Formats: sequence, structure tokens, C-alpha cells
Amino acid sequence: MAEPVLRLDALHKSFGGLAVTADVSLDVRPGELHAVIGPNGAGKTTLIHQVSGTLRPDAGRVVFEGRDVTALSMARRARLGLARSFQITAVLPGFSTRENVALAVQARSGTSFRFLRAAAGERALNDAAEAALAQVGLLDRAAVAAGALSHGEKRQLELAIALAQAPRLLLLDEPLAGTGAEEAERLVALLRTLKGGPAILLVEHDMQAVFALADRITVLALGRVIATGTPDAIRADAAVREAYLGEEAIG
Amino acid sequence: MRLALAVFALLAAAPWLGFGEGHSLTLLARGMILGIAALGLWLLVGGAGLVSLGHAAMLGIGAYAVVVLDDARITDALVVVPVALAAAAIFALLTGAVALRTTGVNFIMITIAFGQMAFFTASSLALYGGDDGYTLYGRNTIGGARWLQDRLVFHYTCLALLIACFLLLRMLLASRFGRVLRAAKESPLRVEAIGFNPYPYRLLAYVVAGMMAALAGVLLANATEFVAPSYLAWQRSGELLFVVILGGLGGPQGAVVGALALVLVEELLSDLTEHWRLIMGPLLVLAVLFLPRGIAGGLAGVLRRG
Repeated sequence: MAEPVLRLDALHKSFGGLAVTADVSLDVRPGELHAVIGPNGAGKTTLIHQVSGTLRPDAGRVVFEGRDVTALSMARRARLGLARSFQITAVLPGFSTRENVALAVQARSGTSFRFLRAAAGERALNDAAEAALAQVGLLDRAAVAAGALSHGEKRQLELAIALAQAPRLLLLDEPLAGTGAEEAERLVALLRTLKGGPAILLVEHDMQAVFALADRITVLALGRVIATGTPDAIRADAAVREAYLGEEAIG
Repeated sequence: MRLALAVFALLAAAPWLGFGEGHSLTLLARGMILGIAALGLWLLVGGAGLVSLGHAAMLGIGAYAVVVLDDARITDALVVVPVALAAAAIFALLTGAVALRTTGVNFIMITIAFGQMAFFTASSLALYGGDDGYTLYGRNTIGGARWLQDRLVFHYTCLALLIACFLLLRMLLASRFGRVLRAAKESPLRVEAIGFNPYPYRLLAYVVAGMMAALAGVLLANATEFVAPSYLAWQRSGELLFVVILGGLGGPQGAVVGALALVLVEELLSDLTEHWRLIMGPLLVLAVLFLPRGIAGGLAGVLRRG
């Protein structure tokens, strides 16, 4: 089997006496969309913070493309090709939509210690930015200030920024959070078009979306992995059903 | 940009519009010098979102470079200016390297602390007058020529340097470097998530800002032919910060407009009454309340409509 893009190796993280991530191991294979689900308080957000580098685990390793990145900052991980989107939209409101994406392109196109030329006039950056915007269907909004976009459009922009980083792994933190039914449908269709490109680790609350998109699913409960498998296997898993009992019907 | 052009044109024409005599020119020079220092601070506050209350220290270092060299009978600007800029750059690099480990209120406190350090150091320099300050033997020469003695030459020197600093700032802000800086102001998290560490960008901005202030310090020493530790006091830093906010954070022209406005209003009021500070305070409060985008923001709106 090919080397996984991402391997989490017995991650452990506690806050006070509470183990929020307990012995979590999982891997994401090349080209795979691997979803992480779990009831509220299962530790999904804490887990994604440890993968992206905003939180350091107490124990265990994060291995990205065969390299131990556990001690690296978020910025270093991003430069290695680990791109993330944010649950709470973190676009640059005062920048145009195009410039939001162009900055991500700039991050991987040579040094940014350049002082003479206007960055907004750099053709190569703008072209790559517009390609990413076209990919998420936001090209016609390129000149609009990102702060003026609708919530759904901001979610699309988050994706475009991550894609513009030419990542080896996309880390999507609840990309559907706060969207209406129609917007969610459009975003799911968009996420489907991304499959087969970079590997994707998707943390998402929307069960319908997860089961429609994922190749494999890992289920967390109280910080622990209780099951990993294909959507069909997860749907049939007794432990998963128990964890979700009283929450919502799955599948 | 239109606003900046208009201001620069007015300053260029001022000597021929009835501001040609000594007192008026002194006043305008003070405004332009304050403007240069404020431009540096604008790069930090408006460009990078870093509120510094230690900017006057950089200005003071520029002024004291003039003093130290004057005492050693080195009075040529071709030596004085590079030395002043280098001294401020080193000070900014060392203090910025520490201060920029923090943000927000802690950053403000650390910049005050470093500023006060510089202030007390200047006060204790008995050789250069200590608290009483130091009177220069004369203005700096340029390549041996005593051009700066001439009021008009000094006026246009200040104006040329003000314009140069303004253009430099605009170029920096628009460049790749400036884009990272501005983005880190809006969302540090986003900037780190796409692979930038904001720290070196902020540090470089801090150094550039310090060098601009030092240039202003050299000019101020030459304008007054006198330097005192009060140039470095944190109240001065507060005044600079006020200039930047009063002028407006919408663009670097805010720093220029704010500096000129402060100097001119101060002058007008002090002509009217000796209790002018009583009027100045409420006036500044009103300006902040009713001009949320600063004087420059308000004027730009008028220019667009007009």
C-alpha cells in the first residue's frame, strides 16, 4: 500500500484532567477523502487543531508525507503542503476576493521580501488566484471585498484560498458550518469536484454530506476512535449507533 | 493620492502664498518634520496594526546622533544622516525583536518601556547637557555647503524628504512585503495558515518606521538647533500616535495631514489665548468623534464630491 499522506500516531491531548484526544490514530491515503465525525464534545476540533499545528499534542506524532511535523508551526506545515480551512470564516475582509487568494499563491511563489513592485500587478499571482476562484465558482466576485461576500461565498473563498496553496493535503474544518440548505448543497457538489485531487481530511457535522462524500469515515466519541471504515461499514457499526443514540439518526 | 498631491502642492507654494516669513516657515517645517515621523508610525499602526507608544525614542535617537556628532565637530549631513539612520535601525532591530514577540496591550507597554529607557539614558548624558539639553554649534552642512542655513532651502529640503518618505511608504505597502504586513493586520491566523510567519515582516516594518523617525529627528535638531531629552518622552510618542489617528488610518496621507493639522491648529489657538490647551482637548475629542476616518478620510470625501 502506498505511504499515507497523513498519519496520526497515538495522539493524546488533555485539558486539565480531561482527555479531549485519547490515543487517536488514523491515516489519510493519497487521493482519499477521509471524514471525521462524532457527537458534540467528541474532540473533533481539538484534533484538527493538532493536525494543522495550532495545538501541540501532549503525546503522539503527526506524520505528514513520511515526515514528523509534530513540532512544526502552522506556517511551516502550510509551506510543506498542508492547507486548512477554518470553521469560523477567516478571510481578509478588507482585501478583494482575488487578493485573498493571490496572497496564498504568493506564499508559495518565491520570497515575499520584495519591495519595489506592486503585488496587485503581478500577473502570475493573479492568474493562479483566478484559476482557484474559477474552480470554486467565485470568479465573477473576484473584485469584490471579501467582507462583502455572503456567508456561503465566504465558505467558497475559504476553499479557494486552500486550493491556491497547491496543497498535498486539505484539512477542511466544518466547511458547511452555518450554511443554509441550498448553499450546503452547492458546497457539497463543489467538494465532490475536488475529490481525486489532494487528499482531504474533512471534519463535518452534516451527516448527509459526510456519507455522500467520504471514502472512509473515522468516528470519534469522548476523544477516542470508536470506528474507522467505509460509509457502509460505519452505518452498520453497533458502537457508532450507540454513541449517536439520542443525537440523530445517521445515514 | 489626490489629497496628498494637493497638500504637497500647497506646501511647495506656501512661501509664495504669504507664508514666506521666518515664523510661518518654522511652523511649516515643524509640521513636515512631525509628518515624516508620523509616516513611520503610520506604517506600524495603519499598515501593520501595531500600536507603538515608543516612537519618539527613534526620533530622539536621530536628534541625539546630531548632538553627539556636533560635539565631536562632525556636522556634515552626509555623515550625520547615515549615522542617525543606522543608530535608529539598530535600536529598532534590538527592541523590536523583543517587543514583537507580543501584541496588543503588551506590545504598547513594551514599546513604552523601551522608549522610557532611551529617555532616561538621554537625561543622564551629562556630556550633552543632561536634562537641560544641548544647543548645537549650528545647522548641519551638506557636502561642506551651509545650505540648510537658508530658510527656503530648509523648507524645500523638509518637503522633498516628506514626499520621498510618503512615496517609499506607498511603494512598500503595495509590494509583496506590504501585502503580507497588511494581511497579518487583518487576520494573523489566516496569514499563518497559508504559510507566512508575520514576525520578520513586522520586524522589518518596525526598523523602517524607526529610521523614518530618526530622519525626522535629524531635521528637528537642525530646525531648532537644540536637542533635549523631552524629545524622547513618552508624551511625544502619544502625540505622534494622536497625529496618526487624527489624520486617519485609511492611507499614509493621513499621517501628513494629521501632523500639519495639529501644528497649525495649535498655532492658531495659541494666538487666540494662552489657555489654548483648554480648547485643544475638546477639539481633538470632537475630531475623533465626528471624523471616524480621520481628517484625511473626511477631506478625501469632500474632494471626491467636489
